[in-house]
Amino acid sequence: MRIGLFIPCYIDAFFPEVGIATLELLERFGHDVDYPCDQTCCGQPMANSGFNTECADTEALFVRNFSGFDYVVAPSGSCVHHVRDNFDAIEQTDEVKEVRTRTFELVEFLHDIQKVDAFPWARFPHRVGLHNSCGTLRRLKHARPSELHEPFFSKPLDLLSKVAGIEFVTPARPDECCGFGGTFSVFEEVVSTKMGYDKVSDHAQAGAEYIVSADSSCLMHQQGCAERIGVQMKFIHIAQILNGVSA
Amino acid sequence: MISVHEPIDSGGMLHPELRAEHDPNSIMRDGRRLDHAEGTSKPLRVLPEPQPRGAKVRGNRPVDQQEAAGRFIAAPEHEKMHDERLWDLRQKRDREMHGIAEWEELRSLASAIKEHTLTHLDKYLDQFETNARANGIHVHWARDAAEHNQIVHGILRDHGAKSLIKSKSMLTEECGFRAYMASVGIEVTETDLGERIQQLDNEDPSHVVVPAVHKLRTDVAELFSRTIGTDPDNTDVHYLAEAQREATRPLILDADAGMTGANFVVAETGTFVVCTNEGNADLSANVPKLHIASIGIEKILPRMEHLAVFIRLLSRSALGSPMTQYTSHFRGPRDGGEMHVVLVDNGRSERLGLEEFWTSLKCIRCGACMNTCPVYRRGGGLSYGATYSGPIGLIIDPTFNKRKYSNLPYASSLNGSCTNVCPVKINIHEQIYAWRRVLVEEHEVPLAKKVAMKAAGVLLSRPMAYRAAIAAADTALAHLPRFIIYNGLNAWGKHREVPHAPKQTFHSWYHANRGGKP
Amino acid sequence: MSSRDDILASIRANLPRVDRSLPDVPLFDADPPVSLLSAFKENLHRMGGMFLDPPSSGDILVPIRIIIAGAKIVCSTVPEIAGNRDIAGVDASRDLADVDFAIVRASFAVAETGSLLLTDADLHVNAVAYLAQHLIVLLDPTDIVVNLHHAYRRPDFRDRHYASFHSGPSATADIEGVLIHGAQGVRSLSVLPVARATDDPITQ
Repeated sequence: MRIGLFIPCYIDAFFPEVGIATLELLERFGHDVDYPCDQTCCGQPMANSGFNTECADTEALFVRNFSGFDYVVAPSGSCVHHVRDNFDAIEQTDEVKEVRTRTFELVEFLHDIQKVDAFPWARFPHRVGLHNSCGTLRRLKHARPSELHEPFFSKPLDLLSKVAGIEFVTPARPDECCGFGGTFSVFEEVVSTKMGYDKVSDHAQAGAEYIVSADSSCLMHQQGCAERIGVQMKFIHIAQILNGVSA
Repeated sequence: MISVHEPIDSGGMLHPELRAEHDPNSIMRDGRRLDHAEGTSKPLRVLPEPQPRGAKVRGNRPVDQQEAAGRFIAAPEHEKMHDERLWDLRQKRDREMHGIAEWEELRSLASAIKEHTLTHLDKYLDQFETNARANGIHVHWARDAAEHNQIVHGILRDHGAKSLIKSKSMLTEECGFRAYMASVGIEVTETDLGERIQQLDNEDPSHVVVPAVHKLRTDVAELFSRTIGTDPDNTDVHYLAEAQREATRPLILDADAGMTGANFVVAETGTFVVCTNEGNADLSANVPKLHIASIGIEKILPRMEHLAVFIRLLSRSALGSPMTQYTSHFRGPRDGGEMHVVLVDNGRSERLGLEEFWTSLKCIRCGACMNTCPVYRRGGGLSYGATYSGPIGLIIDPTFNKRKYSNLPYASSLNGSCTNVCPVKINIHEQIYAWRRVLVEEHEVPLAKKVAMKAAGVLLSRPMAYRAAIAAADTALAHLPRFIIYNGLNAWGKHREVPHAPKQTFHSWYHANRGGKP
Repeated sequence: MSSRDDILASIRANLPRVDRSLPDVPLFDADPPVSLLSAFKENLHRMGGMFLDPPSSGDILVPIRIIIAGAKIVCSTVPEIAGNRDIAGVDASRDLADVDFAIVRASFAVAETGSLLLTDADLHVNAVAYLAQHLIVLLDPTDIVVNLHHAYRRPDFRDRHYASFHSGPSATADIEGVLIHGAQGVRSLSVLPVARATDDPITQ
């Protein structure tokens, strides 16, 4: 199948290895993956701050870039959440609706569409703490959030548990927000960074060597917080582990 | 530096250093710890520290929530205690939830009952009034806070009442009731311990259920030594609570009138329901001959069978306790007594007409959204500078004053935990998001934010310009965060490190390794 | 226009134009506890109340007599046990301020939450259940309903002017979450299972 690869701006600029791992992983499953070169962003930063009108052109550009693929896959839950749930600054033509419904976050794609049952190339003999970003947890429903009385499930844990050697730790507050929150991270930076300090400290107390997540934005924030308060922690995107990164 | 990867036994706590010795008074006969009401499931202790105060409120100017939250965070003992205590309430809530198989069904029922009632509000209010009058209750209607205060004052004046004991009511906070009563020479005594603490300290409640949750025992000891004459060196919580009981009891016995709010109103029977843990509402209602209840018009439910759903959810959601210690149903005055109900609108009927926000009227003021909110737990309730704090405050406060509370909908990471714990299924985080749009449309956000967002919108819709910016960023680390997060470098880097610049962007890698246009 | 008419008019002008029907509330009683009394007892303990185990033979009221022995003022509203403050002679609520123990009978109890319903008919003077230092409640073990859904179908809520669920004693933890009994109301709540006398008017 033909897949359009959406690499959000901060992954493009700061975490190219996450984009590479995503691309290689999709190629391992035999997909024809294309990276449309004129892509920029999904529009979320403006929409998230209330400036919906300001993201119309960006959304239109996104649709131009990603129209016509069987699937659009992105290694970022919050961007996919925006495309799927809030992408309404432009007229909802059939083309727009089509792109929105065909856009998937990487974990969802691997778990629900690809239905991967093994990652024979992947080995990660480390103690990891899983960070579900709020966008993947409560909007894309990657896992059962702790607030709900529903049967437990976790798509990222399902995938990661197929990786040889991996060991999981459980922090005291597994699905507490890390404080990134998009523009919240700068508009409310004092609270945002305090939440980040607490998040990385919680994982450190639980004995994690790595924090793994499907969202590089949360990891970028957490890494900045960990470095500032001197918590020794490594951060890795789930795509890198599933693609068999040698750590 | 924390560098060990050996897990430590945190006992489920973020701040395990807060664990204290067991309080022998909280142990059941079989050795289990008692944690009903707002009691913690584990004993906690922190060091004394001066109490940070709340937001600086200056007339109609936008409240700077972040500034006040920053000062709360800068008081680590307060912040840690506040955060652990409220998270403990959230955990107790989860425990109660798991004990009830039909929990999610109850939430759906509660939501449906409230939405039905709100969409037939005129009918049910009329029915309540008819039935309450038939039971001998005097029913009054108040359009706004001022009218509410005048009505209550009028009733008190007619009875020659000079002193009033009352239980906690967020509605009376909304109405600025105590300040008004002070201006007309009526002595008001709050009888809920937390609210009494806040009254004595001349501070607003910081939480709808636990009004003094932001204070430490040392703060209370200092306050009580100034106001009710306790020993300033004695910070024992039992001593402090007992001193307050002894100081308040004569005021209760001598009061000319009593006042309560109401958690629920039942139209079918003309009943109003008050839930407390201390029994202070029952003292306020049953000791003086005159009982006045101030009630928001959205509190109404059709029938008694509906009440069951809400009573099962309320205290479990609020405190992780199966029930409040006291759940009292008032259907009419007692022999020789007189009962008045003041039904208050104060913006509620108008809120009903807000298409995106009317369901905020489903709120039963349990505070579960506050307990779970990571922003609220870090910043404290007084940082919001408004009657309602936390997630529910973010969506209610702007209905009272868009300008003054224009910053509040931004005091959220939009994580959505509030929506999931809400017992009446208000889509709180979606309403926060929607409020941001409204505030932008109505020009209630700062110019700097507007300029940054417009610039981002322009840049992100033009691939060439965007690539140029990224390319420049490749060579200038200093510009990266500025570009990526569309805001000043300082805001990102003040309290956290900027990300490390890689050798090349994904975009350049892709062209080098997979071809395509450069 | 009166405020009443103003408010109702404003509500009518703003009513959301959506159709929301009123759901039926199930009784949620498909899986009741084996023993309602045991469940009640367990939940009462969790709420800080004390369940008094009745003696296996002899005077069933012994546990109460032990508790109130030495108390100065006991106010009883039940025929089973006499106090020394006659509730019928109480003129104003504040006359009960010096009561050490109040003894009353509950209309019924709720197993789910360990709650007791006390109505104005049970209390005679409502304030007795709050001004007394300690509260002792007689409960007929056959007067226990499984949950709040059953509870709210009882006639007490339609007949009485005042009806209050007591689930344990007065409690607060407003200071640092430290649990304290007797915040403002009673310092303790004890429950003794005693069947109603057949001539008790409430059962008629």
